[in-house]
Amino acid sequence: MTNGTKQKAHISFTLNGETAEVAFAPHKTLLEVLREDLALTGTKHGCELGECGTCTVLVDGRSILSCLMLGLDAEDRSVETVEGMADGAQLHPLQETFADTGAAQCGYCSPGFMLAAKELIEKSPNPSRDEIKEALSGNLCRCTGYIKIYEAVELAAAKMRGEAMELPKESIYGL
Amino acid sequence: MSNSKSNGTSDFQVIGKPFRKVDARAKCTGQTKFADDIILPRMLSCKILRSHEPHALIKNIDVSKALALPGVLAILTGKDFPIPYGILPVSQDEHALCVDKVRFVGDPVAAVAAIDEDVAFDAMNLIEVEYERLQTITSIEEGLLVEEPRIHEYGDGGNVHKKVSLEFGEIEEGFAEADLVREDTFFYEGNTHLPMEQHAAVAYFDTDQKLTLWSSTQTPHYVHRALAKVLEIPASHIRVIATPNGGGFGGKSDPFNHEVVVSKLAMITGRPVKCTLTREEVFYCHRGRHPVLMHVKTGVKKDGAITAIHFKSFLDGGAYGSYGVASTFYTGALQTVTYDVPRYKFQGARVFTNKPPCGPKRGHGTPQPRYALEVHLDKIAEELKLDPAQMRREHLVPADSITANYLRIGSMGLGACIDKVVEGSDWKQKFSWSNWQSAIGNRQSHKGIGIACSSYICGAGLPIYWNNMPQSGVQLRLDRQGGVCVMCGSTDIGQGSDSILAYIVAEILGIDPFDIRVVTADTDLTPVDLGSYSSRVTLMTGNAAIQAAERARELLTMAVAEKLNVPIENISFAERRAFDVENPEVGVSFAEAVVLAESKFGTIGTVGSYTPPRSPGKYKGAGVGPSPAYSYSAAVAEVDVDPSTGIVIVERVWIAHDIGKSINPALVMGQVEGSVYMGLGEILMEEMSYRANRNAVHKFPSMLEYKSPTTMEMCDVKTYLIEDPDPNGPFGAKEVGQGPLLPVPPAVANAVYNAVGVRIDEVPITPEKVLKALREKERGREARFGPTAVPHVEWPEPLRVLTPAEGGDGREMPSVAVHS
Repeated sequence: MTNGTKQKAHISFTLNGETAEVAFAPHKTLLEVLREDLALTGTKHGCELGECGTCTVLVDGRSILSCLMLGLDAEDRSVETVEGMADGAQLHPLQETFADTGAAQCGYCSPGFMLAAKELIEKSPNPSRDEIKEALSGNLCRCTGYIKIYEAVELAAAKMRGEAMELPKESIYGL
Repeated sequence: MSNSKSNGTSDFQVIGKPFRKVDARAKCTGQTKFADDIILPRMLSCKILRSHEPHALIKNIDVSKALALPGVLAILTGKDFPIPYGILPVSQDEHALCVDKVRFVGDPVAAVAAIDEDVAFDAMNLIEVEYERLQTITSIEEGLLVEEPRIHEYGDGGNVHKKVSLEFGEIEEGFAEADLVREDTFFYEGNTHLPMEQHAAVAYFDTDQKLTLWSSTQTPHYVHRALAKVLEIPASHIRVIATPNGGGFGGKSDPFNHEVVVSKLAMITGRPVKCTLTREEVFYCHRGRHPVLMHVKTGVKKDGAITAIHFKSFLDGGAYGSYGVASTFYTGALQTVTYDVPRYKFQGARVFTNKPPCGPKRGHGTPQPRYALEVHLDKIAEELKLDPAQMRREHLVPADSITANYLRIGSMGLGACIDKVVEGSDWKQKFSWSNWQSAIGNRQSHKGIGIACSSYICGAGLPIYWNNMPQSGVQLRLDRQGGVCVMCGSTDIGQGSDSILAYIVAEILGIDPFDIRVVTADTDLTPVDLGSYSSRVTLMTGNAAIQAAERARELLTMAVAEKLNVPIENISFAERRAFDVENPEVGVSFAEAVVLAESKFGTIGTVGSYTPPRSPGKYKGAGVGPSPAYSYSAAVAEVDVDPSTGIVIVERVWIAHDIGKSINPALVMGQVEGSVYMGLGEILMEEMSYRANRNAVHKFPSMLEYKSPTTMEMCDVKTYLIEDPDPNGPFGAKEVGQGPLLPVPPAVANAVYNAVGVRIDEVPITPEKVLKALREKERGREARFGPTAVPHVEWPEPLRVLTPAEGGDGREMPSVAVHS
C-alpha cells in the first residue's frame, strides 16, 4: 500500500475509561493505533504475529492480542491498556506487586502479563497456582522464569480481596 | 578512608535488603521508554533489505524503482559503507550493508528511509539485487573440510576462523597415572537469546553536525567506537544512549548494522530515523549460543580425583567473527575452576558457516563444555561406582588457589552449594545408579534425579580492546539541597544494574536508594562502563560506586566533623543524617552535610573507577578466563520421562548459588530463577535449526515455532543462596546473571539417564532423541543418542605452560618439537 491517496479510518471508543477518537490508516492493528496514533507506548510488541502475548490489552474486559485485532474493530468498545490500570496516582495492586517482588525484570512483557492477570483475578479472585499458570500461558517472559510473576499475581489477588499476605522468607532470601 | 561497610563487617541499612528496583514502577506503568517507544517529529522509518541467498556475490543492485516511489527519502547500499567494523579488534569483518558478497540468509544488503513504515517496506521490495551463488558451507565438518570458497579472507586457513591449542602440564603423565581414562563425545546445538524486545534504534543528526543514537544495546561504549570508525566522524560528535533493554542475554552486545544504517540515514536526510527489527530479523541478528561439538578425555583415580583433562571443541561460528575468538577460548577456559584439575589440555577450532553469526549468550561459550564435562563426570562416577554428588564434593578446587591454566580462585562456595541441593532434594534417598532398572516395567513413573555443578566469571579480567584505563567509572554529584546523582555508563538490561548503583551509594551515604537519581548508559553524560556482558556489572560498577561514594562521604565527614567539633572518625551516616556515633542526637541532616561540604570545598562531585586485578597467566591466550572472582552453582534436577513418547518433564530443580553477598536478595533470586528457566529451555527444546539443504534457511524464525518454555513447561525451582563474601566483590558480592544457567542442562541430562537409562549426549533432549536412544537400548546397542566422533583437525603445536604446581611462572615454555 503506497501512501499518496490513503484514506484514514476514524473510530470512537472508550480508552482507559475515557472517550477517545482517533483517525488512522484502516489496515492498522489496534497495537499500532495505540502506539503510533495515540502515543500509548506502554503496550509493547514482541512478534506482531500473535505468538508472544506481549501486546495483550483488555477489550471489554477480555484479554486480546492487540497485534491481531484491527483498530477498526475497537469501534464502540472499551479498551484498557497498562496506562489505564492505575486509579489516578494510586497504582493498581498488580502494578505494585509486579514492581515490588521483581516480577518485572526488563519489564517489557510486564504490561501484557499484568493485563492478562487482571482478567484472571476479576474472574477468579483467589486463583490457584495452576490457574495462574494456565491464564498466563499465552504470555512469554524470558527474564523471570515466571516464578516472581506467579508470586506477584498471588499477592495482588490477596490485596484485592483485602487480605494480608506476605511472601515466605525463603522465596526472598533463598534460605 | 577505610570503610568497614564495604568489607562486609557491619550492619547494613540497604545492602542485603529486598528493595524494589528503582525503575520498577516506571516499567509497570508503561512509562519506561524503550527504543521503539521513542517518537520524534518528522521521524523517518527505515527498512533493511536482507539477503535471501546464503552465500553469493552481489553482481548488481538497482534501486531506481525504489527511489522513484513517493515518500522515499534515501536508499543506501554497501558502497556507502566501505569501512568494516566488528566487536573484537581481531575480527573487523562486518559492513553495515554488504559490499560485494552476502554470507547468510539475512545479511543486510540495502536500506531505505521513507516517510512511514508502509512506504519503506514497499520501497524495500522494489530494490533489485542480482546475485551469483557460491557454494555454501553449513556445518562444522564442511567448515573444516571445504577450503574454497572462503567465507572470509582471514582466519586460520580455509574456512577456519580460529584454532587454539594450549597445554598446561604433562597431560600424558596424568593419563598414565590414572586408574580410569574415559573419552566421550557431545554436541550442543545452537540456540538464541529471544529477548522479548526486538532490537530498535533511533538516530538524530542535529544542525551542529552532532549525532545522537538511541538504541537497545547492552554495550553503548562499543557502539560509540564503531560509529566513529564507520561514519568517520569524531567520537566527540557522537552521543550513544542505551535505552533500557527489553531483555538482552548477550543478544544486544555487538554493534549492529541497523545502528550504523539509521545513523547514516539521519546524516543524509537531516531527519530522525528509526529502525525496529521484525522478530524474523532478530533471529538473523542472532549472536547466540554456538553449536559446539566436543570431545573430552579425562583420567581419574579410583576415588574420582582427576589426573588430567584433554578437551577439544569445534564451534560453528556462523557467518561473522562477532565475539567468536573469545567464545572459542571460553569453551576451554573454565573447566579448571570447579574441580581440581592438575593437568589440562585444550584444543578449539571455530569455523565460518553461511548461517547467522553466533556470539555471546548467557554463559558465553561455557554452557556447552560445562554440559559435556558434567555428563562425562556422571559417566565416570557410574564406572567407578561412586555417588556423583559425593565424587564432585570431594575433589573441589581449593579456595585461594591458582588453577593449572592460571586462573586465580578467590572465595569458593561450591561445597556448600552441593551440600544444600543434596540435602534439599533428598538426594541420598532418591539416587541410585540402578534407579532406572527398578523403574523398568513400571510404566506409571520413570522418575530420575541428576546433579551438576558449575562456575562463572564475575567480569572478564581484560577489556575487549587493549587499554590501560578502568573498565568501569562512576561519577557522583551532590546537590546542596541533599540530592545525589550517580552517573555510570552501565546499561540496565533488566538485571537491575541501575538499582545496584543506587543501593550501594545509598548504603555508604546513609540515605534512601529512592533519594538517588541514577543516570546511566549515555556517552555524553556518563563515564565509560564497558557494558552489560560477562557478568561484570555488579562487581565492576559496584566497586567504582563504592570508591566514588566513599570519596564523597570523606568530604562530608570532614565538613561535618569540623562543624560539630568532634573527631572525624566519630562521624557516621544513616537515616539521611550525619552524626556523632558517641552522641547520635548530635548531628546534621544529610542536606546540611552537603551544604557544609560545599561551603568548605566548593561543588561536590566525586569519581570512582575500577580495574580488575592482574591475572597470573602471562601466556598467549591467557586473556580469556581470568576474573576478579568466580561464582559457583550446584543443581539437582528431578525429571519424569515417558518412555512411550520420549517426553521429558522436568518437575523440579533445586539450585544453590554462591553469590558472595547479595546486594539485593530478591533480585538475586530473580536472576537464579531466570537462569534455571533459560537452561531448561536450552536442554529441552530451544534450537536454531536450518533446513537440510544448501540454502541454510532458518527453519522457524518465529516465536511460535522456536520453542521456548511457557508457564506450562517451567519447572518448580527451589533456590538456596550461599553467602561467602569475596574480597574482590563490592560488599563481597559476586555475579548471578549467568552462572546459575550452567548446571541446569547437564543436571537434567543426568536425571534423564537416571530415569530411563539412556544417555542423551546431544542438546536439546527432544522426545525424538529419547525414543531413538530407548530403541537402541531395546536392541541391545549402546543406550545413547549423540555424536560418535569428531573431525580430524591439523592442530597447531600446543603452546605449553608449566602449571603452578610444576613451578611454572604463567609464561609459555619455549617451543620444542618433542611431543607427538
